[in-house]
Amino acid sequence: MSHSVLILGATSAIASATAAAFAARGDALFLASRDEDDLRRIAADLRLRYGVEVHQGLFDAEATDSHETFFNSVIAAFPNLSGVVLAFGYLGDQQASRDFKVGAKVIATNFTGAASMLSHCANYFETLQRGFIIGISSVAGDRGRQSNYVYGAAKGALSLYLQGLRNRLQASGVRVITIKPGFVDTAMTYGMPGLFLVASPQSIGVRIVAALDKSADVVYLPWFWRYIMLIIKLIPEPIFKRMKL
Amino acid sequence: MLERPERYADLRSDADSVIARGQGRSYGDAALNENRLVLLTERINRMLEFDPVNGRMRAEAGMTLAEILPLIVPKGWFLPVTPGTKFVSLGGCVAADVHGKNHHRDGSFGNHVVALELFVSDGSRVTCSPSENVDLFWATIGGMGLTGIIGEVTIQLIPIQSTYMMVRNQSADNLEQLFQLLQNPVSDDCYTVAWIDSMASGAQLGRGIAMGGHHVEMEELPGNFHRSVKTERKRSIPFDFPGWALNSLSISAFNSRYFHREGGRRHPFLSGYDSYFYPLDAVANWNRMYGKRGFVQYQCVIPDASSFEGILKLLEELSNSRRPSFLAVLKRLGAQGRGMLSFPMAGYTLALDLPLRDQGLFALLNKLDEIVLQHGGRVYLAKDARLSADSFRAMYPRYAEWLNVKNEVDPQNRFSSSMSRRLRIGGSA
Repeated sequence: MSHSVLILGATSAIASATAAAFAARGDALFLASRDEDDLRRIAADLRLRYGVEVHQGLFDAEATDSHETFFNSVIAAFPNLSGVVLAFGYLGDQQASRDFKVGAKVIATNFTGAASMLSHCANYFETLQRGFIIGISSVAGDRGRQSNYVYGAAKGALSLYLQGLRNRLQASGVRVITIKPGFVDTAMTYGMPGLFLVASPQSIGVRIVAALDKSADVVYLPWFWRYIMLIIKLIPEPIFKRMKL
Repeated sequence: MLERPERYADLRSDADSVIARGQGRSYGDAALNENRLVLLTERINRMLEFDPVNGRMRAEAGMTLAEILPLIVPKGWFLPVTPGTKFVSLGGCVAADVHGKNHHRDGSFGNHVVALELFVSDGSRVTCSPSENVDLFWATIGGMGLTGIIGEVTIQLIPIQSTYMMVRNQSADNLEQLFQLLQNPVSDDCYTVAWIDSMASGAQLGRGIAMGGHHVEMEELPGNFHRSVKTERKRSIPFDFPGWALNSLSISAFNSRYFHREGGRRHPFLSGYDSYFYPLDAVANWNRMYGKRGFVQYQCVIPDASSFEGILKLLEELSNSRRPSFLAVLKRLGAQGRGMLSFPMAGYTLALDLPLRDQGLFALLNKLDEIVLQHGGRVYLAKDARLSADSFRAMYPRYAEWLNVKNEVDPQNRFSSSMSRRLRIGGSA
């Protein structure tokens, strides 16, 4: 049976590749983001390439007051919503750690906005006793590093939030999957020095959708990042604090 | 410097010098911009409209022909013009005003463009078409990306009844016979092209095979054929061939075998559209055959009046040089289009793949330029990396007209490339 899926932050490369992977299975989509022009473009493309039903709506992760109304508009379009992919995120820049104005936006988008939106989704699926929530977090949330710890802290908080949500919704039969991508070839990482083993957004999108058919709760993408992060997490703090990461 | 926008609005650029690059399949420096900005359009590749009733489609410029074909072919439509590879972007097809094997009947890509959206130098987006901002439109068709960043392209597709091509090969023992095959309405077809045995000389100079083809109509198909597309196995050249692999002897041997095998296929045969239009796309990294130093592609056109004489001189020069050309292709072109810097003109075009062994090759190419100029022809910019600015001006007589449009829309010459600086295109005359 085909699903109907809400994609939050649908204009990012990972999100639109994930949307394409759902559409390729014949699933209907509701695409949400702040960028109205690109939403229309991506929606038209998915309709023409895959012949699926695609809705679109304006959504701002930081505007938490609007989230309930927004979620109701999604339910109006898809009374049988099967799942949600939370894909928005904001990396900020080096200033995020020095200038709290930048840092606050990183936290507001990656964590506060996510927690707000997820609370509406969780309540909805809990009542229905079905559904799935896929949250795209980051390997950056596994250990704090000097180069991007504000982003890492926000994503780490999101990972913890998703973990708790999974525990809560287990009894209701709602799947909660945490995705932790490593380096992906997107606008967020384009031109950054020191990247290695960079994955294409398409391969990540396909694997995010494939995770639904498996039983994993926390999925590192590509898979080897689980072991890279395991090693990084095992480095004792007295050594780690001296490293340039 | 490279930028790769993912949002359509980010095609707008404030850089002092910027050139768009789609798939980077130009053989020369058209999409290079040394120490300056190259804007990669590969992520701006969304299909925006496709009407399966009237065959009109609109897409973003970074979309490739390879992405378009599987969407349109099952609905009974085909590209109005296609070059020899499908791994090119729509924007590139417009900027180089590419042509295909049907040019003698249907003209170049620009003939089938309904409208364009262009990001111009003041940051605004301009719609241009054969009826709106007409001069800018025809300056952009074949304009090598120098009028602005092409954002969206609307084209009119052509209807097809099956995914198959009916192909007919006819061999010619010399250049004269080959010209006759390409000219003769009896041997003509929707798509025509001729392969030339570039190693043949003397009485056999210009011997080759004329290959005609057309989209098969339903009633022409044997009953057991269906409309589905057969996918072919993708082969790959795994490493650079050593420099000696392609030499006069090996190419002569290959050409001779090819001539007798393909020329011997007298009866028309069916072919899938993919292997007919894109034979090299089936061999990944085919360029590795030329070894590490690679090759130079040279393509020129000689106008009808002097075409036979001109092509003959070019082949003689090539044959005398004893520089093997792995591939030599001759094609009759139809009437010149309206693109101010478009390459095609009524006449014959010759394309050569020449392995780059030493700098002596460039002396030969300069000689070929002279022959082309003497016969009123021109060199194809999409494949060029070494033409001189003076030769360019002599070959492209509408350059002054193009420059007027360019100066109006881009007075600071912001859209520029390594090619435009080499050929002194744009800026002051």
